[in-house]
Amino acid sequence: MERFVYLSNVVTLKLDEEKCTGCGMCLEVCPHSVLEMNRTHVTIQNRDACMECGACSRNCPFDAISVDAGVGCAAAVINSMLGRSGGDCCCLDDEKSAGKKTTCC
Amino acid sequence: MSNRGCRTEPFTTINGPVCDCTGTPEPALPRMKQSFIIGSVQTSLGIVPQVASTLNRRDHWGTVKARFGVGRMDYAVDPGLYALGNPDGNSPVFVSANYKMSFDALRSSVPGRTGWILVLDTDGINVWCAAGKGTFGTDELVARIEATGLKDVVCHRQLILPQLAAPGVAAHRVKQLSGFTVHYGPVKARDLPSYLDAGMHVRPEMRRKSFTLRERVVLIPVELVEALKPTLAIVPVLFLLGGLGGHGGFWSGALHDGLFAVMAFLSALIAGAVLNPIFLPYLPGRAFSTKGFFIGTLMAFFVLSLRGFDWQMGRGVLDAASWLLIIPAVAAYLAMNFTGCSTFTSLSGVRKEMRWALPLEIGLASFGILAWVTSRVFL
Repeated sequence: MERFVYLSNVVTLKLDEEKCTGCGMCLEVCPHSVLEMNRTHVTIQNRDACMECGACSRNCPFDAISVDAGVGCAAAVINSMLGRSGGDCCCLDDEKSAGKKTTCC
Repeated sequence: MSNRGCRTEPFTTINGPVCDCTGTPEPALPRMKQSFIIGSVQTSLGIVPQVASTLNRRDHWGTVKARFGVGRMDYAVDPGLYALGNPDGNSPVFVSANYKMSFDALRSSVPGRTGWILVLDTDGINVWCAAGKGTFGTDELVARIEATGLKDVVCHRQLILPQLAAPGVAAHRVKQLSGFTVHYGPVKARDLPSYLDAGMHVRPEMRRKSFTLRERVVLIPVELVEALKPTLAIVPVLFLLGGLGGHGGFWSGALHDGLFAVMAFLSALIAGAVLNPIFLPYLPGRAFSTKGFFIGTLMAFFVLSLRGFDWQMGRGVLDAASWLLIIPAVAAYLAMNFTGCSTFTSLSGVRKEMRWALPLEIGLASFGILAWVTSRVFL
């Protein structure tokens, strides 16, 4: 399978190995195999493959992982720069932007 | 697990759609009058609609339309509980979004199996995007479990969620709040049969989100449709500018140079919105804009070679140079916008890319337009 990698050394993923119990929940939810299990805890193996979806941190019962989660979508960033709603994600759903459709998702 | 008096034999099935109980319909139950309902199942909660496990022509047509952006923002099914086959109290519960394409993918991927489908209200947005926004989230899931009375329908306390719902759902919180254990199934619904057969075990490759050629190509129509609106505004302007200046009259200029300008613009559109998605893994650079600049530059040389320029005259050189600026800039901008469709770009990365790419794209396009107008009007 072709493997895509975006820019290197940009993601905000952080792991607190002290807090990690090695339950492995984050390994289950990561769509890009960013994390790997050590003997006692997980480690970040493939940092640049992380897309900051936030699944790991949301599902960590021990708050061991943090990431500034968001959707990597240029149209959404432009919308938020222009002060339009829907800046957090390109798939707009609120009333103000109901008629406006963007290119993604 | 204690049996709470729920049924382990199949519930009564009523063949054919029943009446859409006019008067006071149970709010928690989805409407019967939805195109994919083939019957209903009588449960302790009332009549639960039974869904078809195959897609008909109407479903496929709906998918095609949504892929072209037609009715895409209003392609929803009713939230609530549905039956797949003739489920009983031990049947698995699959959770989905109320975007019809997500729901269709689920019900058509487990043919011949029984289960319950719990559809969350995600405002008609697909699973992954809704999870990113939080509408496919812990609160909605817990509330929907309560509203549907799922606890009285099934004996177990297990839910199967698509893995891509994980950015919005905290499995441990759901367990605390509702008593249900969340199992993250495979990324793709079509891997569900092997997941179920393996005793709810997901193989590593089913956990990874791919971005295959096919997955990229289906996104192209909506990219083009989205680009249509600005295109309709730009094309007349190009015709007009083509008519002004130049040698010969307005109409000869518009038909000759204006038409070429329109073609050049459309070529940039094809480079950025069609060729970039297709050749994405093979284009140089990591930033999408870099890939777009590359394919746009190739396209610009191709378009210029079709026309032939008078390289001896300042006017010809400036004209050609203007398109060597405009086409790559437009292609790079469109390619950059494809980050939102891709399955692997991070927000931090997109922000970093945009910091240099957006000013460059705007700058090059502005210089290009300036050069083109100059070559027409002043030389």
